[in-house]
Parts: sequence; C-alpha cells; structure tokens
Amino acid sequence: MTQYKSWGGYPSIEMQGKALQQTDRFSDIPVPEGQSFLPYGNGRSYGDVCLSSKGHLVSSDNLSHFIQFDVHTGVLRCEAGVTLRDILAMAVPQGWFLASTPGTKFVTIAGAIANDVHGKNHHLAASFGNHLISFELLRSDGTRLTCSDAENSTLFYATIGGLGLTGFIVWAEIQLKPIQSALMDVESIKYNTLKDFFTIAEDSEAEFEYTAVWLDSSATGENLGRGHFLRGNHASTPALLPANSVKVFEGKALSFPLMPPISLVNNLTVKAFNQLYYQRQKEVEKNLQQHFDPFFYPLDGILNWNRMYGRKGFLQYQCIVPNENAYNSIKELLEKIARSGKGSFLVVLKTMGDISSQGLLSFSRPGANLAIDFPFQGQKTLDLLAELDKTVLAAGGALYPAKDACMSAELFQQAYPHWQQLQELKDPNIHSDFWSRVTGLSA
Amino acid sequence: MNILIIGASSAIAEATAQFYAQSERANFFLVARNERKLNVVKDDLLVRGAHSIETHVTDLADIKQTDAWLTQAFSVLGRIDLVLIAQGILGEQDKAEQDLAHMHEILQVNGISQIDLLAQLANRMEQQASGTIACISSVAGDRGRPSNYVYGTSKAMVTTFLQGLRARLNTANVNVLTIKPGFVDTPMTAEIEKGGPLWASPEIIAEGIAKAVESKRSVVYLPWFWQYIMLIIKHIPEVIFKRLKL
Repeated sequence: MTQYKSWGGYPSIEMQGKALQQTDRFSDIPVPEGQSFLPYGNGRSYGDVCLSSKGHLVSSDNLSHFIQFDVHTGVLRCEAGVTLRDILAMAVPQGWFLASTPGTKFVTIAGAIANDVHGKNHHLAASFGNHLISFELLRSDGTRLTCSDAENSTLFYATIGGLGLTGFIVWAEIQLKPIQSALMDVESIKYNTLKDFFTIAEDSEAEFEYTAVWLDSSATGENLGRGHFLRGNHASTPALLPANSVKVFEGKALSFPLMPPISLVNNLTVKAFNQLYYQRQKEVEKNLQQHFDPFFYPLDGILNWNRMYGRKGFLQYQCIVPNENAYNSIKELLEKIARSGKGSFLVVLKTMGDISSQGLLSFSRPGANLAIDFPFQGQKTLDLLAELDKTVLAAGGALYPAKDACMSAELFQQAYPHWQQLQELKDPNIHSDFWSRVTGLSA
Repeated sequence: MNILIIGASSAIAEATAQFYAQSERANFFLVARNERKLNVVKDDLLVRGAHSIETHVTDLADIKQTDAWLTQAFSVLGRIDLVLIAQGILGEQDKAEQDLAHMHEILQVNGISQIDLLAQLANRMEQQASGTIACISSVAGDRGRPSNYVYGTSKAMVTTFLQGLRARLNTANVNVLTIKPGFVDTPMTAEIEKGGPLWASPEIIAEGIAKAVESKRSVVYLPWFWQYIMLIIKHIPEVIFKRLKL
C-alpha cells in the first residue's frame, strides 16, 4: 500500500516527494536526476529514520525474492525486501534460524542491516551485522558495489547501522545458524527488585542463549524495576520433521481492527495491566516449551498493535547505558518514568554483551538496554523524554535511532562519534529527516 | 504436485507458485515473456522448496508457438495436476476509447490469446482426464462499467468461455476454475491510488486460489466478499446503472 509513515505514527510528516517502487534488482533507482530520496523497507522503524519530507521514498516491496540458499552451510542470499518472516518460513523447516533477530519478524533484511538490529541473544551473538557476509549497494549515480569485509569494506561497515544513507541495498547474503527444533525451552522468573535483575542476568548469560525482561513500569520504591525475567534456548526435541515444514507459524494473527480516537494506553490501564501481569505467574516457571514465534515475536501476534495508541501515535524510548554505573542509571530512568506516571505495558530491559557490533553507527554496545513506549501526549511527553535524555547523556549512553523521533543533536553526536565519517560516505542524493535533525545538516 | 503456470512472472501467479513450492514441494513448468524476470522467480521458488523447475520464454501473443511449448510442458511434467493461466494487462480505458490499436491489444492479450491457449489445453487435459485448469479472470468481467469496460469485455470473454469449457470437461474429470479477483495490490495496478479494505495482497489471493483448487470450486471471488459486492452490482437495474460513474 502507498501509505508511508513510520511505526510509531509520530512524527507525522508531509512528504514533498512520491512513494516510488524499485522495479527489480537489476534496475536503476527510479528517482529523477538531482532529486533526493530515502530507501524504504517495511516501515517498522518507529520514528523518523525511515522518513524523508524533502524527497521521495523508494520502496523495496518488489524486491522480495530469495536468490540462493545452501542448506548445508546456512548461507542465504536474498533481495532487500525479503522479510525475516519469509526467511523463517523458508529456513526453520530446513533446520536453520536467524543468527540475530529483533522483536518483530516483519522487518526487511535491508532494514535489519540499515538499523543493525539486535535481539535477545545479544550477549552471545551481538547484532544483525555480525552475521552479514555481503550485499550489493546501488548508489544514486547508478554505481553498483558488492560490499563485504574483503571488498569495499569501508562502505560495508558504514552501511551496517547506516540508516539507509549510503545507498540502496539491492540484495544481501547472511549466515543463518543451525537449530534442531522449532520449539524453545523457556524459563520465566518473577523477581522483585532491580538488583535482582542484574544478578539474574549475570547468572543467566552463560547458560541461556536468549534473555530479556518484561518490567513493571508502574512499580515504585522497593519494587522499582520488578518484572519477569525470561530466558531460553532452542530446544533439541522434538526434532524438525518434514511434516511440520509448513506449520511454521501457529494459528492466525489477530489484528487491532481500528484506530481509537484516544490512546487506550493511559495511567489507569497501564497501572492495572502492569499489576495484574506482574502477579500472573508463580515465582519461577521452568521446563516450558514454546514455539519460537511467541517467544521471539509476542507482539507480531496482534497485527497493527501500534493502533492501540490512537491517532496521535507513540514514542519509544530505547537507550543503552554503560555497564559502569548501569544500576544507578537504570534506577534513575525508572524513577523518572514512574514519577511521571506515563509508563506503558511494554517495558523491556536487557543486559548487552561485550562483542562489538560492526557498523560505524551501530547502536548495540555493552551495557544495560532499556526500552519503553509512551503514548504521544504533546509537549509533556517530549519534556519527559528530554528529562530521560539528561540521564543517558550524563551516563555516556546512547539512544537507538531506529526507535527515535526526538533525541538532541548533542546526545546523538556524543553517542555516535563516527557520524561525520558516515556523512562523508553518505550518498549525496539520500536524505532522511532523522539525519537532518541529529546532524543539523540540511542535505 | 505438477504445476504449469502461464504468465508466471505476474504477481498473483508468483505468490501462488510460492505457496505450492513451500507447501507441496511442487514441480513447475513456468512460461512467461521476460526471461530475466522468469529466472528471478525460478531461483526464488527453488529456495522456497520447489522440487524442480523448467522454464520457457515465449511471447504469449504468438499463438503459433503454443502447441510446441505445451507439448514440452506435458513431456517434462508427465501428468499435470494444475494449470494456472495468469497473463494479462490492465490497459488504459481512456486510451482504448480513442485508439483502436490499444483496444485490440487489451482484447488480444487478455481475451483471444487466453481462449486460444485454453482451447488447445482443453484437448490435452481432456485426454489426461484429471487435473484442474485455473484461469484468472476478473470481477470486471461481471458487468461493463464506464471506467474499464474494454478490460471488462476481455475478461467477460474468458469467463463465458470457461463456463462452457467447465461443462464440457466435467465428464472428463477435469475441473475448470474461474478466478475473479477484486482489487489486488500488484505492479499491474501500480498507477492506481490504493489503500482501504477492498485492496488485497497477492499472497491473500494465492491462498484463496489454492483453497479453491483443493475443493474443486467452479468459480471463486477473491477475497470472498467480492461475491456479494458483484451480486449487488450485477442486479442494479440498467436504468440506474447507466447513470452511475462506476
């Protein structure tokens, strides 16, 4: 469809250009000479990294083909617009899985590269770019460059986490990882304090490939930071059978049917939900087996869940603060959020590992990673985020461009010291609203 | 499952082939005009699980070639379980009103060449005495509307032909399926303003086709609600209908 906006619904912009389609992987970029554009995948980034009010958007919708898959080595080559969902549907029955995956399977592979996404196994696998072998980059002057660690490596590393600014990714080749089952062995531990979180996280990382936490954002005082610690591994049984090759996904997804006039996420609902959700389980639930889909992609079960926030949309705040002082920084952030009473159902906390991400502008880095949604309520929401920014800035942390719609240029430039290098490597005809905002450069 | 697809690089055909590659590990014989596009589809289907794929590049308007590649398809696949006929163009109604050549092109590609193909295919399938011929027509063929009656005429021609063919092949145990999609978001409709509940993705249409093939349906509207929309449209009295700018 030709509706182009980001997942958060904020900011809403008027685009001067058109929504264009890249015809196929052999064609030039369909933008008139001298006009600016931005590559566009599935529009699943939240803020303005996928928006360009001054130019055209060039969609990768038609680039949805697999090119080659080696079932013995797990090396997959596919076009830019192939989604992670397509990859899983194809690869899981054959015993392969994504080496790194974000919390939604509806992103395109090019989008995953451009935002260098990460997942619950960051402590072992780092981010998406760490499993990227090569890709073809199409520049606005018509040049095609195959980029890898060995070839055009400067552009290779600039494009990982490069927010689509270095050119149009035409196809990419990634390394998948072997699995024996489509199921996950899962444990969920209810914990009471933020200190407990850090202890459990440290204990879990050696034995569990995947860890993450759902956190009660309405809890205060002694209960601050309480939540459910979820950890899991790919199961070894039941093994994959040809018979279950089609039934990769369970059931039909529900869809949030309409856009309510006001946000359904407000002080009352958040408090009630969080209290109930926190209390819903026993202290520890072990030996659970779960299909990989709800484990990795719980929100994908409800299509268009973003509509829950109403027409004004929402903002997600996702930051990483360094390990030194992580406890105090997270505590400060949670206190500010709880005081504001503006929290949400979905707060995720995770400790990141020490393996470096590859991109010039990768967000993933060692530290504690906090993500929380806020319904957009005008200036007071922006004020709250600015308040949170102060903590992140002082801690030497970073915000995630893929989720951001309002970080200051100061915070961005401190957190991403290589941004000027990216500016030099950027395709001169590519423009994004995010990039103008955080660099202060108009083109 | 052995599948012959004509117009294999069209979006609906491709989505349908993807479905059968993944769920049935099908064998394919794919026919289309554009070799490069056809190879993109072939590689994609192989990764998705297709068991084997042969391709044939031809201009489908060149009806003298049909017999040769049909012979090849039957010899490569042996028994053919499903034939999907999916080639077509939308054309431009405004242009067709002023330019007879363009009107003929629409009628030729969507109408005459499909019927020509169906005629030759029918005899072979009758001889085989099994399988399904599924042909993509359109809701536009149900009633002539000012906005696209040339396209609609070409589709009505196919729909009527299929009705007769269905009855003829019924005794030979060959099912003839008329597929009538509504608005589908494909490159063919790239110039049209889209959005809203009436637009469906090629994947949704593909699933509907597979279901209809499986249950040996005669006519299927996709998505299902078009059956009711067209029921209303077909029954509006002509005296009112002629005043509507549909």
